Amino acid sequence: MTKAQPPANFEAGLGRWLVLALPYAWLVLFFLAPFALILKVSLSEPELSQPPYAPVFDSWDASVIVDKLRSLSLGAYARLIEDALYLRSYLESAAMAGAATFATLLIGYPLALAIARSPARWRLLLLTLAIAPLWTSSLVRVYAWILILKDEGVLNHALIALGLVTEPLHIFATNWAVLIGIVYAYLPFMALPLYAAIENQDRQLAEAAADLGAGAGGIFWRITLPLSLPGVYAGALMVFIPAVGEFVIPDLLGGSDTLMIGTTLWNDFFVNRDWPAAAAAAVALLALLLGPLLFYERMQMQAGANRR
Amino acid sequence: MRIRVTPARLIALSLGFAFLYGPIALVILYSFNASRLVTVWGGWSLHWYGALFSNRQLMASAATSLEVALASAAIATVLGVLAALGLDRFGRFRTRGVFAAMLFAPLVLPEVIAGLALLLLFVALGLERGFVTLVIAHATLSLPFVAIIVRARLAAFDRSLEEAARDLGAGPATVFRAVTLPLIGPAVAAGFLLAMTLSLDDLIIASFNSGPGSTTLPMRIYSEVRLGVTPQINAMATLLIAFVGASLLLATLVGGRLPGWSAPSDEGRRS
Repeated sequence: MTKAQPPANFEAGLGRWLVLALPYAWLVLFFLAPFALILKVSLSEPELSQPPYAPVFDSWDASVIVDKLRSLSLGAYARLIEDALYLRSYLESAAMAGAATFATLLIGYPLALAIARSPARWRLLLLTLAIAPLWTSSLVRVYAWILILKDEGVLNHALIALGLVTEPLHIFATNWAVLIGIVYAYLPFMALPLYAAIENQDRQLAEAAADLGAGAGGIFWRITLPLSLPGVYAGALMVFIPAVGEFVIPDLLGGSDTLMIGTTLWNDFFVNRDWPAAAAAAVALLALLLGPLLFYERMQMQAGANRR
Repeated sequence: MRIRVTPARLIALSLGFAFLYGPIALVILYSFNASRLVTVWGGWSLHWYGALFSNRQLMASAATSLEVALASAAIATVLGVLAALGLDRFGRFRTRGVFAAMLFAPLVLPEVIAGLALLLLFVALGLERGFVTLVIAHATLSLPFVAIIVRARLAAFDRSLEEAARDLGAGPATVFRAVTLPLIGPAVAAGFLLAMTLSLDDLIIASFNSGPGSTTLPMRIYSEVRLGVTPQINAMATLLIAFVGASLLLATLVGGRLPGWSAPSDEGRRS
């Protein structure tokens, strides 16, 4: 323990190893291993469902599942490709998440810009207010929109009372309601990195541009926006990735024609009790998100590396 | 381009905050509605709060949620602090990339995937689904959040304090206990509260990993919301908002800043 160490590292070899080993082992066991299992169960070819899996499943109460595992093999994936339901839910999830990400950006950018350009003593308070809704129950925030958007909900009451419409607007149980719900739920995730990227900018650049005759629009399009692009990417990833797999919002706000992969997976598992199909859907969803996830990881690593 | 409040900025702020807070305010308002009809105002009343507390099932699942939240937050805090120390203090070790990737991915990964993956693991291990599996699942879910908050704090404070303690002859354990821990204390407390909140809020991972005897509050609320909007749910939601608001306030007072969100903003700033 008294061996010479680089000055910044106060832990010696053994202590250092122990500090890391615990969280490392936990993550390998409860985060990495489950993914290997998803892959196996989704394939669940007969020879794969032999030990170590078959005995474990047998000792558990579900012999039905074992039968399914034995019979399905690549069937789960074949169905994934053949069944139009899956293909449609992939495309619609990606389209919905993409549209929601764009809408969140459109709403979040002016908000983040206004907060970043407000007087310094207000900034932290305003930012806190923009983030605080994340701290209320996510279920409650989805539920609030049922209250608002229902045919006999708050919005339609108000619109009819104001004489703006005569018939209630049918927004609840449509894809519009899902879009609104996602934008609402994920707005803080967008506003935060945008704020950081805008607030961090060197204001002298904008001042120099103004001195050289650039108008407010020119300054925004040629300086503020390009410089904030890292924040735009970070915010877009923080909205898009979880939104693709969203379950609660499409389930509670969507209608019968709303198809998202998160709800499909949920129904496979809880309603149809088809575990291999659910696992295959999860693997396919992961594959869809692999690109964005790797991009997100790289940004996190860079953020970590830059701070040293 | 001086800092000033322009009309455009004022509009952006008012619209933005109206959008963020309007729905929450409506839920709170309607929880005091005397009318049975959810969207018709029938005068003020505390009736639905009374009904809430006599709902045994709801109270039982609230208790379950609280127990799971406390246990999982404790585990997540210990592991998260260790992970943050490993990331911030050990420089480059061989599999740092793998470690960091495992640490960051759960922050954005869709919960349906994490929930299903963990369930398959518990089944393979032969673990009965229930309180224990819920605690493990929630601890895994919130560990990265604790690690990020604590790491931001570790990166920010003056390391010469630790070096001074070492020069004066303190061993690694003593340095950690006497210098590092007090300095990161507020971040650790904030991380614990955040982990609790995440656990209390989770529906999806809990649905996959809980057993018959361990229905959590979000699971109960979800099944009631599916049946329709009732004033009683408004009251429940208001209490949840009040509870989380109170713990947020506590965390801010303890931690000095808003937990969780100071850290990612630091990340974004440096990218």
